[in-house]
Amino acid sequence: MSDVLVDIQNLSFSRGDRPIYRDMNMQVIRGKVTAIMGPSGIGKTTLLRLIGGQLKPDSGKIVFDGLNIPTLSRAELYQARKKMSMLFQSGALFTEMSVFDNVAFPLREHTRLPEALIRLVVLMKLESVGLRGARDLMPAELSGGMARRAALARAIALDPELIMYDEPFAGQDPISMGVIVRLIRELNNALGLTSVVVSHDVTEVMSIADYVYVVADKTVIGQGTPEQLRADPSPLVQQFLKGEADGAVPFHYKAAAYEDELMELTK
Amino acid sequence: MIANKLQLIGQQALNSVSGFGRAGLMLFGAIVGKPNIRKGLPLLIKQLYVIGVLSLMIILVSGLFIGMVLALQGYTVLVKFGAEGMLGPLVSLSLLRELGPVVTALLFAGRAGSALTAEIGLMKATEQLSGMEMMAVDPLRRIIAPRFWAGVIAMPLLALIFNAVGILGGHLVGVEWLGVDAGSYWSAMQANVDLYQDVLNGVIKSMVFALIVIWIALHKGFDAIPTSEGISRATTQTVVTASLAVLGFDFVLTALMFGG
Ligand SMILES: Nc1ncnc2c1ncn2[C@@H]1O[C@H](COP(=O)(O)OP(=O)(O)O)[C@@H](O)[C@H]1O
Ligand SMILES: [Mg+2]
Repeated sequence: MSDVLVDIQNLSFSRGDRPIYRDMNMQVIRGKVTAIMGPSGIGKTTLLRLIGGQLKPDSGKIVFDGLNIPTLSRAELYQARKKMSMLFQSGALFTEMSVFDNVAFPLREHTRLPEALIRLVVLMKLESVGLRGARDLMPAELSGGMARRAALARAIALDPELIMYDEPFAGQDPISMGVIVRLIRELNNALGLTSVVVSHDVTEVMSIADYVYVVADKTVIGQGTPEQLRADPSPLVQQFLKGEADGAVPFHYKAAAYEDELMELTK
Repeated sequence: MIANKLQLIGQQALNSVSGFGRAGLMLFGAIVGKPNIRKGLPLLIKQLYVIGVLSLMIILVSGLFIGMVLALQGYTVLVKFGAEGMLGPLVSLSLLRELGPVVTALLFAGRAGSALTAEIGLMKATEQLSGMEMMAVDPLRRIIAPRFWAGVIAMPLLALIFNAVGILGGHLVGVEWLGVDAGSYWSAMQANVDLYQDVLNGVIKSMVFALIVIWIALHKGFDAIPTSEGISRATTQTVVTASLAVLGFDFVLTALMFGG
């Protein structure tokens, strides 16, 4: 078994005629927490959808557990997806089901376990995210942080090999942020998962990731352990880590010179 | 200027053709393949309840009133010719051939169709459909298929109920209120309504309308732009497109069934 669970090679992808990735390479090592950081709108969610096979790259390979995802047939892709989970930004809980039924959903769909056993597994998963007591609530009754944890319990229901978190910290209060940071780390170690965390929250990511990729300008601009990254000489990487508004990445969207546009008004 | 207009028209034509293609693919993905009875049946029953049973009230009330109005209007004309004995056939044939299938379809588009579009559009906007796909569960089979079959089964039944209640409404006004002879109301109806020509053709119409309305509603939701504005537009489009399609197809079917 190879050490690399997800191997992205020379990936290119565009939306319409706008390129999102060009010749990108990235590797996710088994058992580690790998973070992908980058400014908003750079294509981080897109990357997770590419790994999950919901989008097809223009060229390049996305190898998951030895399988090149873009070349799989539909049936093979669905088989591969049983080994991966994605935690969507919104949680994506099924609104017409209780928390319990949400977590039980993948078990009922993909296993023939008797209901008593399903109950046991669901309660175990809910306990691990601290929501055993909330099992009868509907998703609408949960706070944002609780909804994300419930979605997390559902994501680990089938004991996947890979779990992908899309912006797990976005819009969380400091306490639930702390809870989620701890959960990602603990679940990764306790369940032997491999985790991919996509985020632009530098502090949180640097505190849990084993390895970090910084993505900008359609490709990887910096990578390494958090320590290596802090020492990275690239001005782009430093600007992103320190959160400076203007620098190597300009604050302004490309525009004509300000003076010229103002002059036009007076013409 | 004219080139621009032409381009716009061409663009819209292309869009509607590709929309039609996507709708076809959606339906194909949803209903072609081996059905899973163990998982599918409970989902179908739930949707039959949501789509069918919950639409019952509006169908009952509308059917009753339309039957009563038909009898009232019919009576005032028929009585001038001393033909009020033909009130039964008038009411029942209008309902069975036209009003039952058509009005049921229009009400169904407004009541169940719009709700379906909004529901599926919202599921898309909140990433529930994507999430399901990532859990290796096909949303077409799990979400679209049971709703499609429930609509196709429920609507012809609702139309039959509409007809029955309408005929009772006609009886209420014609016989109980205006004093048409009860025996002639029912026996003239029996003599003039043909099982195949009238009842069966009405049911066929209703099945075609069911297919159209439910297909449009599901596709508009599935194809909605996942924003609140996109969903509200899709919901409106469902009601407008489905209603127009029903009226258009009604003319064609009527011409085929009763025209010759
Ligand atoms: N369904 C879509 N159709 C067209 N463009 C899209 C779609 N989804 C995202 N995009 C565009 O792709 C780019 C990357 O989006 P995304 O992956 O969501 O970025 P991130 O998650 O890094 O914020 C964005 O500029 C966005 O506008
Ligand atoms: Mg995103």
